[in-house]
Amino acid sequence: MKKILSLLTVILTLASLTMAQAKTYTISVNQFVEHPALDAVLKGFQDYLKEQNIKVKYHIHNAQGNMATANQIAQQIADEDPDLVLAIATPSAQACAQAIKKSPKLQNTPLLFSAITDPVGAGLVKDLNRPGKNITGVSDLLPIDQHLKMVKIFYPNLKRLGVIYNSGEANSKTLVRLIHEQAKKMGFKVEEATASKTSEVYQAAKGLVGRVDAIYIPTDNTVISAIESVVKVCIQNKIPLFAGDVDSVARGAVAAMGFDYYQHGRQTGAMAKRIFMGAVPGETPVETQKDLKLHLNLKAAKKMNVKVPEEILKAADKIYE
Amino acid sequence: MTWYAFIGAIEQGFVYGIMVLGVYLTFRILDFPDLTVDGSLPLGASISAVAITHGVNPFLSLALAMGAGFLAGMVTAILNTKLKILHLLASILTMISLYSINIRIMDGPNVSLLGVNTILDPFISMGIPGYLAAPIIFGVISISITLLIILFMYTELGQTMLATGDNPKMITSQGVNTHSIIILGVGLSNALVALSGALIAQNQGAADVNMGVGTIVAGLASVIVGETVFGSKSIPRACFAALIGSIIYRLAIALALGLKLGNFSFAPSDLNLITAILVVLSLTTPQLKKRLIKK
Repeated sequence: MKKILSLLTVILTLASLTMAQAKTYTISVNQFVEHPALDAVLKGFQDYLKEQNIKVKYHIHNAQGNMATANQIAQQIADEDPDLVLAIATPSAQACAQAIKKSPKLQNTPLLFSAITDPVGAGLVKDLNRPGKNITGVSDLLPIDQHLKMVKIFYPNLKRLGVIYNSGEANSKTLVRLIHEQAKKMGFKVEEATASKTSEVYQAAKGLVGRVDAIYIPTDNTVISAIESVVKVCIQNKIPLFAGDVDSVARGAVAAMGFDYYQHGRQTGAMAKRIFMGAVPGETPVETQKDLKLHLNLKAAKKMNVKVPEEILKAADKIYE
Repeated sequence: MTWYAFIGAIEQGFVYGIMVLGVYLTFRILDFPDLTVDGSLPLGASISAVAITHGVNPFLSLALAMGAGFLAGMVTAILNTKLKILHLLASILTMISLYSINIRIMDGPNVSLLGVNTILDPFISMGIPGYLAAPIIFGVISISITLLIILFMYTELGQTMLATGDNPKMITSQGVNTHSIIILGVGLSNALVALSGALIAQNQGAADVNMGVGTIVAGLASVIVGETVFGSKSIPRACFAALIGSIIYRLAIALALGLKLGNFSFAPSDLNLITAILVVLSLTTPQLKKRLIKK
């Protein structure tokens, strides 16, 4: 009896596996703009599903940064009658959410988003844990708490942290709000400096000299574009510089905990697989990036007079010497 | 092209058509190339979105958006007429200022309208599905506006505006103040562009500071394509040509999005090129026709 049962289980598992593999799923992609990070998301997503032997037929669209086109793509997707819609970046996800609301044909199609900083603020989901409707996805919001904990390992006595950002970037505004909340919990002060153009970054960094013990740069496009000028100010004044993205470490920041968008796409792919296997999107919590990589620049640490704790040295995934 | 893509293009053609009518007013009637529109479209969207999320009636928010658009147009026209700044530069100055102003209005670059009541909701709750309600409503609004513009053009003020664009020297010698006519015209144009922006935001579920990028390109392309296809011999014809041009322009984009030739299909990144080629074709067709007929 036991043997028959186990045989039956094996057959059933095999059957369900082949069933899952036999079906070819249709996925319509609405990506907002061609951009290395967003392209990597799509690549990671596709690679993951391929590795899982899930057959997918893709309809890939790119709005080339134009909202009107993103909207037209969203409407076109109704004709493709996909099993899942993947929206990459906020404007595309909003356009898709609206198209789903409008077209009866898309009413029951799951919408999966990726590379979205603030899904609640963007009106896509009501609650990160219970998204509701047929929408869920992976958010690229930085785990600010973990970033600041890392800074605290370097500087247990941190009193004043400088933050440079562009107040015109939605992403940065959200991050700075979180930095304030976290700083309150961890017991230090935040000094803000803003730059609306890359040419203003140097001035903003200089303005923090003497007012802060360390500087943290969130993933702000404007400031990151001109991070060399911040590095220069930090070296001259022996202020340690930390960043929210790992690429900035290669460019002269002491350390950062970041993720790459390829992994972000893979994580989104894993979510798509779970939905194909029967998970209900509206009850699948929105995820943030799981795998964080710690990058460390010892040369920069030396120039900025930073002592690197043993703990950090051991944990680092990549060290620039 | 498939059904939803077709209906979607018609809907976009109508809602952007209101913007195209505004561009027609400045570009063709006043002979005033106005880049303010890249800023006044998101201005209308911002005003409407912020008003709605603060509890203002969605229909009333359209009026607020139009008022703001009118002011933006006035600023450009005043910079040009009273401060003697070249019209292109004047409009660029207003446009870039509006980028900052729009972020101020929205307190950030994006305001979501997903899940709040818009002008579409009363119709959807009547049982008309959203994908049909939107083109019908936008069709009614844009056709009504076209008719209003035609009526306006036959009034004394409208005729003066036409003359101002045609021959400003002649009209000044007749004692007309061309400055106030230009201020009124550019204001009206941007009021329409802002209305279009407000409707677009309500339709697509969000206002975004970058949603105006390329508005003037779409506007001019639509005006020109419309003239080529539908003609511009009389005022009513030219006004409807602008609206039809907008629909053709959006249909062309929908076509480009879904284009497949045998085993060859276009990459998403080819879209801008295809759009440009379509516009160039419609621009050159009338000239080619003329040359062929002469031969």
